[in-house]
Amino acid sequence: MKLLVCISRTPETTAKISFTEDGKQFNSDGVQYIMNPYDEWYALVRAVEFKEQNGGEVTVIHVGESSSDIIIRKALSIGADKAVRVNANPSSSLFVAKQIANYASENPQDIIFFGKETIDYNGSEIGPMVTEMLDIPYISFASKLDKDGDAFLCERDIEGGVQALKVNAPFGISAAKGMAEQRIPNMKAIMMSKRKPLEVVEPVEVEAKVSIDQYELPAGKSGVKLIDPENMDELVQLLKDVEKVL
Amino acid sequence: MSVLVFAENFKGTVKKSAFEAVHYGHKLAAEMGTDCHAITVGSVSNVSDLGKYGASKIHQIASASTVDFDSQQFSKAIGTFAKNIGAKVIILSHSSQGKSLAGRLAIRLDAGLVTAVNQLPDVSDGFKVTKSLFSGKAISTYSMDSEVKVLSLIGNALAPEVVNAAGEVVPSDIELEASKLTVVETKTVEGTVPLPEAELVVSAGRGMKDPGNWGIIEELAETMGATTACSRPVADADWRPHHEHVGQTGVAIRPNLYIAIGISGAIQHLAGVNNSKVIVVINKDPEAPFFKAADYGVVGDLFDVVPRLNEAIKKAKAG
Ligand SMILES: Cc1cc2nc3c(=O)[nH]c(=O)nc-3n(C[C@H](O)[C@H](O)[C@H](O)COP(=O)(O)OP(=O)(O)OC[C@H]3O[C@@H](n4cnc5c(N)ncnc54)[C@H](O)[C@@H]3O)c2cc1C
Ligand SMILES: Nc1ncnc2c1ncn2[C@@H]1O[C@H](COP(=O)(O)O)[C@@H](O)[C@H]1O
Repeated sequence: MKLLVCISRTPETTAKISFTEDGKQFNSDGVQYIMNPYDEWYALVRAVEFKEQNGGEVTVIHVGESSSDIIIRKALSIGADKAVRVNANPSSSLFVAKQIANYASENPQDIIFFGKETIDYNGSEIGPMVTEMLDIPYISFASKLDKDGDAFLCERDIEGGVQALKVNAPFGISAAKGMAEQRIPNMKAIMMSKRKPLEVVEPVEVEAKVSIDQYELPAGKSGVKLIDPENMDELVQLLKDVEKVL
Repeated sequence: MSVLVFAENFKGTVKKSAFEAVHYGHKLAAEMGTDCHAITVGSVSNVSDLGKYGASKIHQIASASTVDFDSQQFSKAIGTFAKNIGAKVIILSHSSQGKSLAGRLAIRLDAGLVTAVNQLPDVSDGFKVTKSLFSGKAISTYSMDSEVKVLSLIGNALAPEVVNAAGEVVPSDIELEASKLTVVETKTVEGTVPLPEAELVVSAGRGMKDPGNWGIIEELAETMGATTACSRPVADADWRPHHEHVGQTGVAIRPNLYIAIGISGAIQHLAGVNNSKVIVVINKDPEAPFFKAADYGVVGDLFDVVPRLNEAIKKAKAG
């Protein structure tokens, strides 16, 4: 079974978000990058578990520059067999999706794993785009994936619940919390990852359809109003009459 | 040229987010000088209500499918329909269905895509639209140049108003292809509004000390008609179900009112809740970082404050 895991790079979760003065660019000074948590904790770990249980091969693919090699090595130390890096700045979802779809059509896969979303751009765009390009089913926000005979059984999160579904390969799936448990690679795995293949390929060209004009920081709260813990009537009155939310 | 809104339903009832999307579509269509069409799949009981909020025409695709939603199947059907009527902007809810469909439709229609938009586009000079990024820590403005555009609208971004558009309901001749998915089971939490759609949310964290103490939270939520949520460590420890976990790695919400009880306000928690309109924080530590993100703060022991708040709301409701 061939399993492809799409991994992305995001600023570390406590990173201070700021932009260049003209608001045109993200200010990456001093920002630490990590593998997107959904990709690492859930998608990748489940793919590796799958291989351990059923055999096969796990490839990770990343669209990014060489500064990402450190997170790719981490993915290899978590248990992926090999990695592909498409050597380009991931300038838009469409661009990234095209690269992944291109690789997957030349190297057919049984399951393509995505994270639920990237925690920086919060798009959930790439999984649907890639699966549409390949014309295969897409299971979004899955909290479970198991083999069931020749088919696969998944659970996807829907508003207010979960839905269990059956699907046959090939398909794409985006991983949400619950699908697996975070794994911390040990020293041996880290050493071994250095010998695993990391192939660097050049991108295919894509014409952009959207562009970001401007970044801004949201207006902060004007300050907290403290309420006497003995006087909850006052709080209720404020929420009701001033804020009109109760 | 027109605006097309995919109006989601759940078990045959139009979702709240669909009314928001239709109203958004109506306003955008008015600015563009065109009509707002809505499309639904399956049999939907209150489909004509979409007219109230701004759909001039409501197209219904019949479904005899084994699944209530399959993005591959829906993308083909809605994509074909959008082409047939020459839709220029397609609007979806930024929900589990809308998110899985948005990217697919953008590819199918060769359209530009911006997901999770939070305001009406500015069409005075090109087509510009804003969304929040970095889990609410930034806002960005996108320019869309493509002829066809796909947008998904984040929940609770605008309140649907009754405008009583024509709302003519017409069956569509588009047919769904056979789905490659089969639904085995759908499990939903009955009786409560799902978190992403909730207007009132009561959330609690590790300050609760023990899962056995959640009675006071549930009571307060019940009095308010609110949905319950929790911080991540609480869900990780199985004190609460994982679908209640809000934050950067959980559900992102934007209710009208978010009451945070015994939650410190870590940056990853705030990332999922900082778009709430009003935030109330109850914490015994006056230095808790959450107070910086709050509109109202109560410094006190939650085991005293929460029952008191519950009584005060009951009293206000009765009076
Ligand atoms: C990559 C990453 C992603 C993360 N994602 C998320 C996420 O999505 N969501 C999330 O919530 N967290 C997330 N976290 C965890 C986050 O960093 C915090 O650890 C977590 O939010 C803390 O939960 P808490 O506030 O419930 O607990 P604590 O930080 O332990 O806070 C408990 C609070 O309760 C107060 N308290 C205690 N007793 C009382 C009392 N009797 N009355 C009143 N107040 C009381 C204390 O003063 C304290 O402020 C993430 C962390 C990482 C590293
Ligand atoms: N640059 C990238 N390279 C490879 N995969 C990516 C990249 N960016 C995003 N992805 C994948 O697409 C998923 C959804 O991303 P997004 O559409 O940005 O929310 C991520 O969780 C990854 O699995």
